[in-house]
Amino acid sequence: MSTPDITSQVVAVCMAIAAGLIGCFALMRRMTLAADAMSHVALPGIGLALMLRLNPLAGALLMLLVGALLIWGIQRRTRIATETVIGVVFSVALAVGSTLASGEELIDALLGTPGALPLWEALLGIAAALLVVAFVLRMRNALIVALVSPDIARTAGVAVARLDLYFLLAFALTIALGLRYLGVLLMGSLIIIPPAVARRLARNLDGMFAWSMVVAVLATVAGSALASLAGRPSGPFIVMSAGALFGLSLLRRSAA
Amino acid sequence: MMDNALEVEDLGVRLGTEEVLRHLDFKVARGQCLAIIGPNGAGKTVLLRALIGALPHTGSIGWAPHTRFGYLPQKLDIERDLPVSGADLLRARAALAGVARGEITAALAAIGLDGATLDKPIGTLAGGQFQRLLIACALLGRPNVLLLDEPAAGVDAPGQEQLNELLRRQQLTAGMTILMVSHDLSVVHQYADQVLCLGRERTCFGPARTALTPGLLQEIYGMPVALHVHQGTTHEHA
Repeated sequence: MSTPDITSQVVAVCMAIAAGLIGCFALMRRMTLAADAMSHVALPGIGLALMLRLNPLAGALLMLLVGALLIWGIQRRTRIATETVIGVVFSVALAVGSTLASGEELIDALLGTPGALPLWEALLGIAAALLVVAFVLRMRNALIVALVSPDIARTAGVAVARLDLYFLLAFALTIALGLRYLGVLLMGSLIIIPPAVARRLARNLDGMFAWSMVVAVLATVAGSALASLAGRPSGPFIVMSAGALFGLSLLRRSAA
Repeated sequence: MMDNALEVEDLGVRLGTEEVLRHLDFKVARGQCLAIIGPNGAGKTVLLRALIGALPHTGSIGWAPHTRFGYLPQKLDIERDLPVSGADLLRARAALAGVARGEITAALAAIGLDGATLDKPIGTLAGGQFQRLLIACALLGRPNVLLLDEPAAGVDAPGQEQLNELLRRQQLTAGMTILMVSHDLSVVHQYADQVLCLGRERTCFGPARTALTPGLLQEIYGMPVALHVHQGTTHEHA
């Protein structure tokens, strides 16, 4: 394995840890399908960036952050459920994105092509993953209480609307991190499947966090290696690995 | 404001196009218990939520400086498979309040919850057990104001008495101010100092023992509600 491959793998592992961790709260907040839908918001950003000859991931990140702000704003103003708003924003984004990107670039954007990472992108990726992990660990108590009752959280001094916004931004950042490896179509799966496996294996919340991170990392490493052997895009192999781990978890009786 | 825990003036809350509360004025002295009564849909929960800043409103809501809330929401819809145990919830709430774990033990002892219950996912707890857990949660962080939305809902009869005594004790020994939504008029009559009646047509506010007249209750509930008081115990019949 050459040096760029190792760098890429390190970033992939950091991304998987962030996805596994934030996925636990996405699952508990009933946002698992939203994760899938939201990753599609990146597509018009990638298309625009390619048209303007800019870094496609920068375009994706920008669009995801704008998407998160839009979803938060619409939800706050209209009190429509997060999942509904994400569903609307995602469909429109996918429609716009498919008119902006085309051909091989579109396949790359949809399915993920890791390749070698420039150093600046690798460092940025690791920093972003650390930011997501730090956010979840630091805000975990507020997230847990707000999950059970936003009003209890409010009376405990938590700024619930701001917490929701930060969570959506961290969520969007995690999706942006994984786009290179899994692509727009499949990144949501790395946020959905690991916590679903962890939910079956863990006995408590700490156990769920740990299992989710382990499953996300295992799926990413194994999937990337298999894709490299097959000379194919990595996204499908990572998701198939995660799916296999989910299948294995079904053999165990539910912890609940 | 100094002697009052809460002063509300000309409060109005609108949900969409519906005006749920309007021109509401009342004060709650420190250490007193205010019961909020009224028929379903009168806006009792909306009032509590407006008081904690969860809903936009008109008019003014003034809490005394250094108010620390304990809040018990109305029945929560928790998924059975939510992987959060009672212990997880209490630890998270205690951490937000910056209190030691010893205080969790004290709150649990006060409310009568055992360790085995705490280890279960909260979505699998029986209604009364979950209610006790939430009350323990509300007591963490040494609150000086308790806002309780139907605290006795789902709690068995002995548990309700234990709960009423606990609240009375908190009020008397810790000087806690209590705002409580309740449908149990005998409890309101027995424990509340003041009562705020929210009716569809009118509202009223006054001392619990004199304000709860049959005429007023009929006006508030839209049907006759008889309240019998026998040497400290009361029974109501609708």
